Amino acid sequence: MPPREIEDEGRERRSYVIGLVLALVLTTGAFAVVGLNLLSGGAALAGLGLLALIQAVVHLRYFLHIDLQRSHRDDLLLILFTVLILLIMVSGTIWILYDQHVRMMP
Amino acid sequence: MSLSERLHPGLNLAGTDPEGHEAAEETLFGFWIFLMSDLVLFAVLFATYAAMSVQGIAEGPRPAEVFDLTAAFVETLLLLFSSFAFGLAMLEMKYRENRRGVLVWLLLTGLLGAAFVGMELHDYYVMITQHAAPPQASGFLSAYYLLTGTHALHVSSGLVWMVIMAVQVALIGFTTPVKLRLMRLALFWHMLDVVWIGIFTFVYLYGVAS
Amino acid sequence: MNWELIFGQIKWTSFVFAGMIENPSLSEAIASGAGSIAVLGALATVILLTVKGWWVPLWRDWLTSVDHKKVGIMYIAIALVMFARAVIEAALMRAQQLAATEGAGFLSADHFGQLFSTHGTIMIFFVAMPFITGLMNYVMPLQIGARDVSFPLLNAISLMLTMAGAILIMVSLVVGQFSTGGWSAYPPFTGIDFSPGEGVDYWIWAVSLGSIGSTLTGLNLAVTIYKKRCPGMSLFRMPLFTWTTLCTSILMIFAMAPLTAATVMLALDRYAGFHFFTNGDGGNMMNYANLFWLFGHPEVYILILPAFGVWSEVVATFSSKRIYGYTSLVYATMCIAVLSFAVWLHHFFTMGQSANVNAIFGIATMIIGVPTGVKVYDWLLTMVGGRIRFSTPMLYHINFLLTFILGGMTGVLLANPGVDFQVHNTLFLVAHFHNMIIPGVLFGMFAAVQFWFPKVFGFRLHEGLGRASFWCFAPGFLLAFFPLYWLGMMGATRRTYMWSNPDYVPWLALAMLGAGLILAGFALMVTQIVVSVRQRAQLAAPLGDPWDGRALEWSIPSPPPAWNFAVLPNVSSQDPFYEAKKAGIAYRSPAAYEDIEVPRNTATAPLIGLFACAWAFGLVWHIWWLAIASFVLIWVVVIARSFATDTEETIPAATVKAANEAFLAAARATPGVTRDREMTSDNKGRAHPEALEGRAGTIASGTAVEAL
Ligand code: HEM
Ligand SMILES: [Cu+2]
Repeated sequence: MPPREIEDEGRERRSYVIGLVLALVLTTGAFAVVGLNLLSGGAALAGLGLLALIQAVVHLRYFLHIDLQRSHRDDLLLILFTVLILLIMVSGTIWILYDQHVRMMP
Repeated sequence: MSLSERLHPGLNLAGTDPEGHEAAEETLFGFWIFLMSDLVLFAVLFATYAAMSVQGIAEGPRPAEVFDLTAAFVETLLLLFSSFAFGLAMLEMKYRENRRGVLVWLLLTGLLGAAFVGMELHDYYVMITQHAAPPQASGFLSAYYLLTGTHALHVSSGLVWMVIMAVQVALIGFTTPVKLRLMRLALFWHMLDVVWIGIFTFVYLYGVAS
Repeated sequence: MNWELIFGQIKWTSFVFAGMIENPSLSEAIASGAGSIAVLGALATVILLTVKGWWVPLWRDWLTSVDHKKVGIMYIAIALVMFARAVIEAALMRAQQLAATEGAGFLSADHFGQLFSTHGTIMIFFVAMPFITGLMNYVMPLQIGARDVSFPLLNAISLMLTMAGAILIMVSLVVGQFSTGGWSAYPPFTGIDFSPGEGVDYWIWAVSLGSIGSTLTGLNLAVTIYKKRCPGMSLFRMPLFTWTTLCTSILMIFAMAPLTAATVMLALDRYAGFHFFTNGDGGNMMNYANLFWLFGHPEVYILILPAFGVWSEVVATFSSKRIYGYTSLVYATMCIAVLSFAVWLHHFFTMGQSANVNAIFGIATMIIGVPTGVKVYDWLLTMVGGRIRFSTPMLYHINFLLTFILGGMTGVLLANPGVDFQVHNTLFLVAHFHNMIIPGVLFGMFAAVQFWFPKVFGFRLHEGLGRASFWCFAPGFLLAFFPLYWLGMMGATRRTYMWSNPDYVPWLALAMLGAGLILAGFALMVTQIVVSVRQRAQLAAPLGDPWDGRALEWSIPSPPPAWNFAVLPNVSSQDPFYEAKKAGIAYRSPAAYEDIEVPRNTATAPLIGLFACAWAFGLVWHIWWLAIASFVLIWVVVIARSFATDTEETIPAATVKAANEAFLAAARATPGVTRDREMTSDNKGRAHPEALEGRAGTIASGTAVEAL
């Protein structure tokens, strides 16, 4: 293999390893939060949600190689647009159903 | 630098296989879009679960009564390592086009994935037999089984796909179409891991914490 | 022998004719009649194909084709066939409602329920969707200078899945009953407790097949537009129809998933006793409405946006003017596409959420009116100062502007939750959405057929009959639906098979008259096509540009060759073909030709469609062996295909060159026809550009080599 390729491979392998390590840390952290009863209720939701968000970004960055480079914009834009639609759908659904639920309480 | 000439998500072939790299752009973009639409499907399942796990308990058990966090943790690790192993398979393909190397990593990926599915089935079995929590018991459980089951089905079809790719690697070798298929499967596999982050966080962990 | 193992729940009484034998009535006779028409129609087709020896060409040139043009044509053929059924059902419903004041009319309640359910389901999923999909498939690649879509085989598979769904609905005419739950199939009525039997299952699987097909189409067309534009075709040089295709495709990618989720949940409730939408046990039927309209509202924009694209092309071409406000039209389209995801709750204002929730979605809904208004002004201003030709597509366009605005205003009325509480579930709503869909989408597609027909088949449609059909459709629509606004305000509920209020009768009679006119319009349209085929020699326009067109599709022969463009064009402006004509550089020979690779035909797609249809049929009737076997077979076909290697064929440069040079020579040799002779047999498809009015017509053909 030409030296440039060896270098490239090293870099790409490192990306997967970094991803794995970060993901392990974040996952363990999330399970620890619940296992050790560090947070509960709304705080748990926020804390766990934050950890999950970070971990999702880690996966996208290190396993799926999504980054902020120009040539990569279409994919990033697409995922941001998807996130927007997801947020509308998920938050809207939860809001509507919760509101109806509250109004149906006896 | 060749690595920066990225044309699509996932591992790019830039640097080692310029022709395959060009060919990959359109195909992988298409598959990426498919994954986005799949994400929307999962999103509405999540939203439904979010509502039903609170409002749809009825006479059935609550989330905290039926979930086993240890199992969820092990499943998470299995899937994570499986994702990682697939990454290494892809490196092997990209830099060495080494059939044996790729097949070994694929085998490892597949075994970890199969173990994941097996554990989930075991979870279901325990829930149904020991907690009287089949999907028919309540709206919450219906939503739980649909969400995790859809994910498990995705993983299982990924496994079938992996078997086929292993056959193609062995029989056909690394032609451009085979490479592009492996790259798509890699995207699929990594994305399923992303979806699982949502499941272990909001279904299992938050389900037990709240 | 356990027959249920083999035939599932099908019994001899499942066949529609059994109902006629068991308890004869007019309602059953009509059902049997419809069943017979379906059977006889299928039989007649089989006989025709056999007698004419068309089986082989049908299979070889059409069903196995992956050419986007043929796929597009087949989509539109499905749409027209299904339209014939659904429009007849509509007329039947009108007749029933007219006949059923203080009496039972001639249809049973159940039969009426099936009619509005099939009518709605077919019109949305198997008329409007295939129509726009076919059109986008045909026209968009030609407009961006591409040889095909990004994934031609996937495209054929989408088509076959849609066709499988359509066939399933046709089968429901003969075997068993269809759902009576309307096109939206709300549970708990459609749950297993209140709708046992196969009806709802037919709805579920037909719709699911169509919805998967549409998701794949959206993906395919979006990638095509992103990655396959010809050199120089930047996003902001794309024709507006291509823009609307892009936005519609994106909507398809994101909006079909909630529908799939909803149908899957409904199916799990029905087949496996889950509790997503049931009464009790933690089910929540309101989530169904939520999920359905998460899809349903974007869906109406999926339908209307391509029609908006058609209107933009039509108005610019027949006003002989560049479209007014191109950029604003693009941004308006984008705004509509994004906003359409944020308004779904207006379909269930009355479901009990608090006033604040309603208010927010109501306001969001009204906001969508703004970009739509921008579009209307742009179209109007395009006409200002143009040289308008009142040909059939333009008539449809003007009719669209006049009636669509009224429909839009009733939409803004309905967006106000207070008003909606009054007229929800009445014929007012039925009037509103037909008011948007018929002049907007349906007539948009009819205009598109008139406009692009010569491109597709190489001859124009008979203009006189086209106008005649328009003059039945347009007033027919007004008569059929404007009375419904009134009826709605008088309190007439929708989906109602008999009335007790005699005051309705005059309005219902007017509506019946309108439905009759619509039927006449359709008959004239069919006649127009038949007559045009007969007179294709006089109407021929093989040189490709009968209307003095603007975008790239008009620069190639009609019908286009399999490879579309002999040499990929190089674009440097909007309206590239029009600009080329203006500059006198159209129809020049390219400097060199190259071999062209095109995908080979394959049986993959029709096989998948066949097995998908069998799979769905098996599920509907609980014929488990059939469902399992066909499901496995679908994937066997997919996997087998992935081992195929020889999937492309090469068309040698010499073949391309011969064909293209012959076309170019003919085009250069033919004198351009001026617009006032557009509808005469002088029009061979070589336009004398309006832009050159007063200048020398034909180009000197000697030095015609374009430097590439
Ligand atoms: C061309 C002439 C048409 C006529 C005369 C017509 C007539 C009708 C009638 C009488 C109903 C039942 C109203 C009721 O509930 O009482 C109906 C419902 C409906 N129509 Fe049409 N229609 C036409 C075209 C279309 C088109 C082009 C579409 C869509 C592309 C469409 C979509 C629907 C839908 C979705 C429903 C609601 C079905 C339900 O209640 O679930 N119709 N139409
Ligand atoms: Cu809406």
